[in-house]
Amino acid sequence: MKWFFGRRAAAGAVLSDNRGPWGIGGNDDGGGAGDGGRGSGGGDDGGGKGSGGPGNPWDRPPPRKSGRRLETGAFDEFLKKSRERFGNRFPPQGGGRRYWLYGLAAFIVLWIAFTSIHRVGPQERGVVTTFGSFSGTLQPGIGFTWPAPVSGVQVIDVEQIRTISIPGNNAENLILTGDQNVIDLAYSVRWNIRDPQRFLFQIKDPEDTIREVAESAMRAAASRVSLDDSIGAGRAQIAQTVEQNMQQLLDDYGAGVRIQGVAINQSVPPAAVNESFLRVSAAQQEAQSNINDARAYALQVTAQAQGEAASFEKIYTQYRAAPEVTRRRMYYETMESVLQHVDTTIVEAPGVTPYLPLPEIQRRAQAAPTANQAQAEGQRQ
Amino acid sequence: MNRILSNPIFLLFATILLLIVVGSTFTIVPETKQAVIVRFGQPERILNRYRPNEQFGASGAGLAARVPFVDGIVWIDKRIQSIDMENQQVLSADQLRLQVDAFARYRIVDPLRMYISARTEENVTAQLQPILASALRNELGRSPFASLLSPERSQMMDNIQNALNRVARQYGAEIVDVRIKRADLPDGTPLESAYARMRSAREQEARAVQAQGLKQAQIIRAEADAEASATYASAFNRDPDFYDFYRAMQSYRTSFLSPGTAENPRGHAAIVLSPNNDYLRQFRGQPRGQR
Repeated sequence: MKWFFGRRAAAGAVLSDNRGPWGIGGNDDGGGAGDGGRGSGGGDDGGGKGSGGPGNPWDRPPPRKSGRRLETGAFDEFLKKSRERFGNRFPPQGGGRRYWLYGLAAFIVLWIAFTSIHRVGPQERGVVTTFGSFSGTLQPGIGFTWPAPVSGVQVIDVEQIRTISIPGNNAENLILTGDQNVIDLAYSVRWNIRDPQRFLFQIKDPEDTIREVAESAMRAAASRVSLDDSIGAGRAQIAQTVEQNMQQLLDDYGAGVRIQGVAINQSVPPAAVNESFLRVSAAQQEAQSNINDARAYALQVTAQAQGEAASFEKIYTQYRAAPEVTRRRMYYETMESVLQHVDTTIVEAPGVTPYLPLPEIQRRAQAAPTANQAQAEGQRQ
Repeated sequence: MNRILSNPIFLLFATILLLIVVGSTFTIVPETKQAVIVRFGQPERILNRYRPNEQFGASGAGLAARVPFVDGIVWIDKRIQSIDMENQQVLSADQLRLQVDAFARYRIVDPLRMYISARTEENVTAQLQPILASALRNELGRSPFASLLSPERSQMMDNIQNALNRVARQYGAEIVDVRIKRADLPDGTPLESAYARMRSAREQEARAVQAQGLKQAQIIRAEADAEASATYASAFNRDPDFYDFYRAMQSYRTSFLSPGTAENPRGHAAIVLSPNNDYLRQFRGQPRGQR
């Protein structure tokens, strides 16, 4: 055991002096940190370079030849001390080498387990590349591939519906319509991944591409409709056109993206002219209320006419039965109710000019009673 | 010999050397990249070159070998890339200013030519950017503003794409698509005048709506009056003489029976009657018929 550790310690010392890649590993040995760490260092390096680590010097069985100390010194002393400090946890002679192999084997098993078994969630797909070349897609469940340097797997979520909102902030997004007016349009695009391999390999920046395509398609669609359509009834039509155009364009690119839908969240006139648009709706309200008023008047007038006509006809029927009596009765009733409520003056003696206290009458009532007087006088003469 | 083999330092160096040789001989070419193998600066061959309509998995991606230390690799993106043109003002044929934002998508289809003429994708993008802008300006300068807002737009895009493609081909690139992202009226006077036009159009609409409403209301009133009149006529026409009397009676009641106030319940009308009034005939003790 002594020869083995001594030799290794020597190598470690040299390498750590040289600051070579194994220097750290050597120190770890000295500290007795365990075989696993060392093994992983070696395995990592071998794996990274794509050659399963045949050149790992620590794999080699140490030669039977013993006692060849390249260097003795402070480091050896330190080693010995630390070994004592850690007690007798090191196995008896020759066991170190076996630990080595165990560690390496464990590492390789773990490596394979982690890099060749893939768990793919129900919403995900795994895109497998073998030496960089696309070789298949892992469906949900457990998938097996070659271990890491040979095969690579990129797991991406294909079912998740992603949303792009334009404009991202609350700023105005002014768009020209077909009749050269301007509207403020906010919309969102929902999309997910249809072909994971196309999504990964075809376009450099898929998300940005979708955003730009959406903007371009929306502006193209808006430029074909009028202002009134775009803020009113035509919105659904616009959204549908944009969705189709986007899908078409992205398919042309081969983006592997499916547009799930385009929703226009807001389509209003710009704030600067909103006042005028409100005025139009106010005018519409006003017009409607004018019409309603006229309808009410019409109902009233016709109903009144019908009522009066009906009452006239009823009375006329009675009048026809006894014309003279009815006429006198109506006359007296009317005069009675009229004279009951007004100040009545009767001037008896003919030939006497009556003195009419006009100021007195006028004081009583502001309304001019002269017409009544004239009528009464006229009748007398 | 044995001693050399058992020397860990030697083994270490041998391993590192081996790894370097293996690493520089074999290369993984991913699906997203094309590679130009360059031998002493001289392009040698192209790996994973873009071919139209190829399927992933059947392309040139995969493990590739080269002569170590002699062949260098230049990586060139195989994916579709974008050129963004910064927002700039363009004058249309009818002298209207427009704020235009455009983008183009391209793909390197000839990596060798691209490597010779531009070296990197960034250079290609940088070279094509001003050309996109000028192609756009030329095309828009030839057509009136209104055509941007019409189906002709796609024709314009095609023209720009063709113009850009002619240049792009020199860089081994192919333009996939050119789109105008936004074409806006510039801030300031053009936008303000557009707003003013929109406002006046709305103003006009508001007044028209208002006038229409009044007109309809008037018509409805007149129709109602006419109908009422017809109703009256058909009823009263049965006996115009009686109507005269009947209506006079009604009228007296309405005229003289003005409603009184709380202080003066008798109202404010005053009547001076002559004894000769027909109402007072019996009062005078005269028989009927004598006036």
